[in-house]
Amino acid sequence: MNTIGHFQYVCMKTNRFLSNADCSPLKKMQRLMHTEHNNLRKPSSRVEPVPARRASLACVAALLLAGCSGDTHLSFLDPQGPVASAQRWHFVEALAVLVVFVAIPVFAITPWILWRYRYGAKSSRYTPNWNFYGPLEIASWAGPVVIVVLLAIIVWRDTHALDPYKPLASDQPALRVQVIGYDWKWLFIYPDQGIASIGVFALPAGRPVAMQLTSATVMQSLHIPALGSQIYAMGGMVTQLHLQADRPGRSLGENNMYNGNGFHQQRFTAVAMTPEGFDAWASEVRSSGIALNEQILKVISQRSTRAELNAALSQPRSPDGNFYFSGATAALFPAVVMATMGGTMVAPAKAPQEPANTAAPAARKPAAPATEKVQ
Amino acid sequence: MNLSDILQQPLGRMSPESLPFWQMLHDPTEGNVINGVIATGAASMVVIGAIIAVALITKYRKWGVLWSEWLTSPDHKKIGIMYVVLAFVMLTRALIEAALMRSQQAFGLGGGFLSPEHFAQLFSTHGTIMIFFVAMPFLTGVINYAMPLQIGARDVSFPVLNSISLGLTAAGAALVMISLCIGKFSTGGWFGYPPYTEASFSPGVGPDYWIWALTLASLASTLSGINFAVTIYKERAPGMKLMYMPLFTWTALCTSIIMIFAMPPLTVATAQLALDRYLGFHYFTNEFGGNMMHFVNLFWLFGHPEVYILVLPSFGVYSQVISTFSGKALFGYRSMVMATTAIAILSFGVWLHHFFTMGQNANINAVFGIASMLIGIPTGVKVYDWMWTMFRGRVRFTVPLIYSIGFIYLFVLGGITGILLANPTIDYQVHNTVFLVAHFHNVAIPGALFGLLAGYHFWFPKAFGFRLNERLGMVSAICWIFGFMLAFFPLYALGLMGLPRRSVAYNEPSYVPLEIAAFLGAILLTVALVTLVVQLWVSIKHRDENRVFVGDPWDGRSLEWSVSAPPPEYNFAVIPVVTGRDAFTIAKEAGNAYQLPDTYADIEVPKNSAMGPVLGAIGLALAFGLVWHIWWMVILFFAAAVVTMIVHGFARDTNRIVPAQQVRQEHRRWFDAVAAAKAISREDERKSANQGLAEQALPGVPA
Ligand code: HEM
Ligand SMILES: [Cu+2]
Ligand SMILES: [Cu+2]
Repeated sequence: MNTIGHFQYVCMKTNRFLSNADCSPLKKMQRLMHTEHNNLRKPSSRVEPVPARRASLACVAALLLAGCSGDTHLSFLDPQGPVASAQRWHFVEALAVLVVFVAIPVFAITPWILWRYRYGAKSSRYTPNWNFYGPLEIASWAGPVVIVVLLAIIVWRDTHALDPYKPLASDQPALRVQVIGYDWKWLFIYPDQGIASIGVFALPAGRPVAMQLTSATVMQSLHIPALGSQIYAMGGMVTQLHLQADRPGRSLGENNMYNGNGFHQQRFTAVAMTPEGFDAWASEVRSSGIALNEQILKVISQRSTRAELNAALSQPRSPDGNFYFSGATAALFPAVVMATMGGTMVAPAKAPQEPANTAAPAARKPAAPATEKVQ
Repeated sequence: MNLSDILQQPLGRMSPESLPFWQMLHDPTEGNVINGVIATGAASMVVIGAIIAVALITKYRKWGVLWSEWLTSPDHKKIGIMYVVLAFVMLTRALIEAALMRSQQAFGLGGGFLSPEHFAQLFSTHGTIMIFFVAMPFLTGVINYAMPLQIGARDVSFPVLNSISLGLTAAGAALVMISLCIGKFSTGGWFGYPPYTEASFSPGVGPDYWIWALTLASLASTLSGINFAVTIYKERAPGMKLMYMPLFTWTALCTSIIMIFAMPPLTVATAQLALDRYLGFHYFTNEFGGNMMHFVNLFWLFGHPEVYILVLPSFGVYSQVISTFSGKALFGYRSMVMATTAIAILSFGVWLHHFFTMGQNANINAVFGIASMLIGIPTGVKVYDWMWTMFRGRVRFTVPLIYSIGFIYLFVLGGITGILLANPTIDYQVHNTVFLVAHFHNVAIPGALFGLLAGYHFWFPKAFGFRLNERLGMVSAICWIFGFMLAFFPLYALGLMGLPRRSVAYNEPSYVPLEIAAFLGAILLTVALVTLVVQLWVSIKHRDENRVFVGDPWDGRSLEWSVSAPPPEYNFAVIPVVTGRDAFTIAKEAGNAYQLPDTYADIEVPKNSAMGPVLGAIGLALAFGLVWHIWWMVILFFAAAVVTMIVHGFARDTNRIVPAQQVRQEHRRWFDAVAAAKAISREDERKSANQGLAEQALPGVPA
């Protein structure tokens, strides 16, 4: 069995995982195209296990991203999970209250006043010294008070209901994921599966995900709008986030907190799969992923975009810019937290692209802490 | 650092590579050339602008005048005007940067023409400048100009301190301008969160430029706050109770109090960051017990109240403008005062809404979310009371009123999106997206900038003795309002579509149309600013047709309108006695607005002082030395600052006397003009017939 066959097999499998995503006409068209493309690639025979790691990586990659970016869900207004749908509802609810009770009255009454009491309108009543009228004053305070009380109730209720730290109610146990923010990529670790990924965050649809986050560098913010809340990731600290996808599909994931030149490229795709699909994906990655060792971690911790990381990793390169790792353990995440806190983490070896600034340290005596950190 | 280091590195860490065109010459890739050309162009504009200014002043031999009439003047009116000039200069730069960012994003699908680092410097300088060197100096200038006149005072309580505040603010602004020419500014945004801004992640001079510019600005604002608050407490004319003060003075008071309490946390936070960067402390580092969250808390303990420092004075301007141009007393004065003070107090209790996403528990988030919404109550009351002020009035659509109407509409929208953001659950979605960018511009531009522009149009005739061109003013106002809508409404949609703020580029084709709309909006805003400049030029040219020397072009209600335009340096030949709100209107209605006193007295005014410009220059040099680690400069100018202050402490003879004779002469000359002027009805307000004398309606007969 050759590598191509393997490739085709996995491709087909993923498209199946994704097969029941919703969609607009445009998306439908794209889906049709995918189907065709699939048919062309029917596996000819049984698949042999892992003939060439490089090609398998290509598979995992291709199945996830190839040509599908048009299908990516961008917004919580197009929610793909329970948190984002609740947020959409809350957004609409609060907006409606404000538009109906604040905006519309002001927008309607103001032009009327302006017209009726314009300078030229000599027949309209003119009361130059009229500056107080109790009932109107009371109404002016009471209106906003009532609206705010109403909204406060909603806030109290929803802030507790949608607390990102609160586990989601479900009859299934949550999938554990540990997320480490590096400059400029997110590393997703699945400790129970023993795998990790960069550029892609795979999750089983219908099952909650319990995330822990930290940063190996500066402050970052993990956000998958179509799935739910964002939360900061900070060095030496751990934050939590609970999300869930309701159905298979892709969603945009990003970093919302500026952290340098590659910030805008610190994106990923959250890919919700069928539970079987997810298991298949996990075992695929387990058997064909790059082994996540010291060496590789060191390369990952450099300041680099995914493309730069791809170039820096000497061996198996990824054709789509995503990376799949095997051999990830639960020990890695706490180790990074501790290392960052203790100050032994590798500070960006590749200094920021500021020639004016990097030139000097050789000449002057650099401030003490900077050198301590760059161990 | 020891002596030999200092001697070996007389220029600190400065090198030819610190010049903006260095990289382009040494590594002329296409990207480097584009960015180099833009950076060099910007630097040249600064340098050439400075050279032209110096040349013109020299050519017309104005150095003496500049020094003795302006820079060293302790007169609050001149200081106010210089503040506003500074604000306009910096507004020009920040607006060009904004337009550049918008054009980058319009072409940002998959790349654009700016490098990420260049873009990051743009949003950092734009934000820093707009807040600290446009909005703050503008409002400080307007308060400086109008507030002492409104309360019937001769000057602020500490005139020299006032001049020092101006000097320090200008030094901060100059430092940001210098960063264009040598070295690079911070890329950490206007709030400069560590650990990104720590030495290990940003080793260059950028964050140091930011730190010292903010330090200068925050010290200046703290001092201004103290100065204004003391002035309002101590210098009011006899009879002016607190509850007789014009609303603008009330907002000035509340803003000053916020300045006094909110600026120090910023000074402390940036000082701690400086200690981290210069001396290896660990306040905000990841490691060794540092915690970045302390910075975030301190910063927003300043940052949220800062928002109200920015909008309250404009609320005051709107109150004056709406009441004046509706020909009607302000409705609900007491409510307005209560609302203003309530906002000032509440503003200190909501800072956490800037980081709902930092992982605190739901109780805390909910409490701060609700606290934030509470501010909506007094703000809502204000909007209603402005509406009721126009109700049953005679509304004249002058330029300031157009800004006010634009404000009422747009600010309601900004308030609504603010309340949305105060919902932690919604904030979890739109925080740090361009939705947030749209929101705070929606508050800052209509809420702060429009008000200050309205104030500029309103008080300009008072300050310079002639009115601004109405037609161009109108064109500009319309461009500001619609330009704002076009530039920022699309960002709400983009934010909901998941575009993070500070993105130099993006991959979603669906963003492009909205980005292009926003870009067109930025162009319209640029047109608005250019129109303002043209308007000023045209107005100066036609100044003789629009003179309002008598001083009351708008049938004003508060005391500043009761004196000549421009007012004498001592403001009031005779200090007025106040018997109620809208003191000048009361006097006009009683028919005793213009009266000759029997006798005139000598008036004591502060002497000129070089402390402001000198301390400003020293502050700038000290900050520059710190930025570049030029230690001899730091030591020298630190010593100079200390010595200057001590020496000033020995200055005893700081006042001079304007003799009664001169006061009498000036007052008589004005009085003759009043007598000669023809009172006009509001119909002719915007014609050259307006000499600044308002016709009074006969009691009982509607105007
Ligand atoms: C007048 C027209 C203006 C335009 C076209 C404009 C445009 C922009 C743009 C494009 C950004 C970057 C957005 C991003 O991060 O994606 C920005 C950021 C910002 N602007 Fe403005 N702006 C204007 C006026 C103002 C004013 C009046 C203020 C304040 C008084 C202001 C304060 C800020 C601040 C604080 C930031 C954030 C900087 C940061 O990210 O750290 N802007 N503006
Ligand atoms: Cu705030
Ligand atoms: Cu806000």
